Amino acid sequence: MEYGVVYLVLAAAFGLFMAWGIGANDVANAMAPSVGSKVLTIRQAVVVAAIFEFAGAVLAGGEVTATIRSGIVETGALEDSPELLVFGMLAALASAGTWLLIASKRGWPASTTHSIIGALVGFAIAAVGWSAVQWGVVGTVVASWVVSPVLAGIASFVLFRSVQYLVLDNPDPLRAARLWVPIYIGLTAFVIASVTMVKGLSHLGLELTEAESYGYALAFAAGMWLVGKGLVARISIDPSADRDFHFASVERVFGVLMVVVACAMAFAHGSNDVANAIGPVAAVVSVVTSGGDVGAQAELPLWILLLGGGGIVAGLFMLGHHVIATVGSNITQLTPSRGFACGLATAGTVVFASGFGLPISTTQTLVGAVLGIGLARGIAALNLRVVGGVFMSWLVTLPAGGILAIFFFYLLLLAFGG
Amino acid sequence: MKSYFSSIFGRSPVSPLQQHMAKVLACAEALLPLFKAVSEGDYNAVATAQQRVSDIEREADALKKELRDKLPHSMFMPFDRADFLELLRAQDRIANKSKDIAGLVLGRKMQLPEPLVDPFMDYLNRAIDASRQAKNTVDQLDELVETGFRGAEVEVVQEMLDKLDAIEHDTDRMQVQLRSLLQKLEPRIPPVDVMFLYQLIERVRSLADRAQQTGSRLQILMAR
Repeated sequence: MEYGVVYLVLAAAFGLFMAWGIGANDVANAMAPSVGSKVLTIRQAVVVAAIFEFAGAVLAGGEVTATIRSGIVETGALEDSPELLVFGMLAALASAGTWLLIASKRGWPASTTHSIIGALVGFAIAAVGWSAVQWGVVGTVVASWVVSPVLAGIASFVLFRSVQYLVLDNPDPLRAARLWVPIYIGLTAFVIASVTMVKGLSHLGLELTEAESYGYALAFAAGMWLVGKGLVARISIDPSADRDFHFASVERVFGVLMVVVACAMAFAHGSNDVANAIGPVAAVVSVVTSGGDVGAQAELPLWILLLGGGGIVAGLFMLGHHVIATVGSNITQLTPSRGFACGLATAGTVVFASGFGLPISTTQTLVGAVLGIGLARGIAALNLRVVGGVFMSWLVTLPAGGILAIFFFYLLLLAFGG
Repeated sequence: MKSYFSSIFGRSPVSPLQQHMAKVLACAEALLPLFKAVSEGDYNAVATAQQRVSDIEREADALKKELRDKLPHSMFMPFDRADFLELLRAQDRIANKSKDIAGLVLGRKMQLPEPLVDPFMDYLNRAIDASRQAKNTVDQLDELVETGFRGAEVEVVQEMLDKLDAIEHDTDRMQVQLRSLLQKLEPRIPPVDVMFLYQLIERVRSLADRAQQTGSRLQILMAR
């Protein structure tokens, strides 16, 4: 390939920039509940997010990356002109990045997932035609955008009801919290660990059977339960705060849980959203290194996952702390008992989707989970107009991503004369 | 960069409602110095006290209007919006009645016959107790939201409402006693003054009644 190295460098740079943007902006929603409820300081939140976003991206980001890399565009149609695929993938990154910049400057709700999928579909239609889109996969992905908030909403409703039943409604909620919070910690650990291990860590050279995976996940959960018990026992009660608001100490116990859930959220977010940045990069790398074979199905090189994880961490450290502080100070209604239910429902749904290679929007899933708590009469005020806007945003984001991708595609075509 | 996720959370109306109730109670409690001045026959002090009741009532009114304005239909709350506004209205009616009582006393430069002073002050205090209990109950609303309107906390509130009913019942009984006492004094007092004294007793009774109605409104809001 004539400009092979140039393509590689461009792809890596664009991918790094996307990952940086995800770290700077998107991670905030995952970490804000724990900062807003003062469970973590911003500095601690950034460190927790960095570790677990990176771990999620590297350990569980492979499946979604595969979908973005080769599941949306019907590469067979581009066999004779591999450059077109390279331009398309670069255009998709440029388009999604541009749209997200515009949207976040204007305060519009937009998800990286929606813009990258819109961009890929737009490019495929422009470059080849309708037949160049794998409509079956796209259909499944779009369906998952509807299903994921609903699923998270149901899960958070059930989880919050269990918190009500087991702890808050108890005549001695503090004692009940000390008993149940470590169990919830174990549950969170089990959900994340089992989904991650069952869906495979084979790209790290770990081959586990299903039974082994569940066994290890269970052992991990038991370990976390013991850690949780130790931490909960160290929570001191504050009688003066309790006089003002009777559940202050109970919420402090839930704060321990909130930290674990924040880790799970960051892990889940990393596992799903890293693909938006590195999926196209992986496609470009695969085409270039195979010398123009668009159908090459080489293993995803680990360095690409590291690039994505590193980009997210960089964005987080450079701008993320600022965004986390802003979001956190605005969502104080999401106290630890609620933040836990929302967080576990979201993390579970997102990790599950990651396991099946479905790129979904973490924020929409989280909003679905918040609504679930609202339906359980757990949140004092939700602005339904904004909620509607969040859910409708992808109707705008998809075509916007597509049109921008077509624009960048022809620009690249012009520049490299492909 | 602006986050749209945080903007799905509206401002909780619970704390402003509780502030309104605190203001309403302050308004009712301002009747105590007013009647103390009446019993001492110091009408300058009565005028000052009436002004104070009226000022607090206006402040409560402003809080009420502000809260109403910030409650658009698109706000999703753990209770019905109409029920919430009815509770707010019920609270506000306590302040209105307090102002009404203060106005009557000042307008007619009313006097309390000596034998009536102590029983009347007890009666008034009990009526204000009803507002105090209503405020204690409304103060539980954030705990109710925390528990999602379920379980042990609902029982706590239910007990507080029962106590409110008991206080209101006390004022009922005290009113009967006060009326019969006044009847015995009738020959010694100008008839028009007697008429207004009966009215005063009736209005204080209504003050307690409105506190109880606030409790009922809270109960409806809880039950949804």
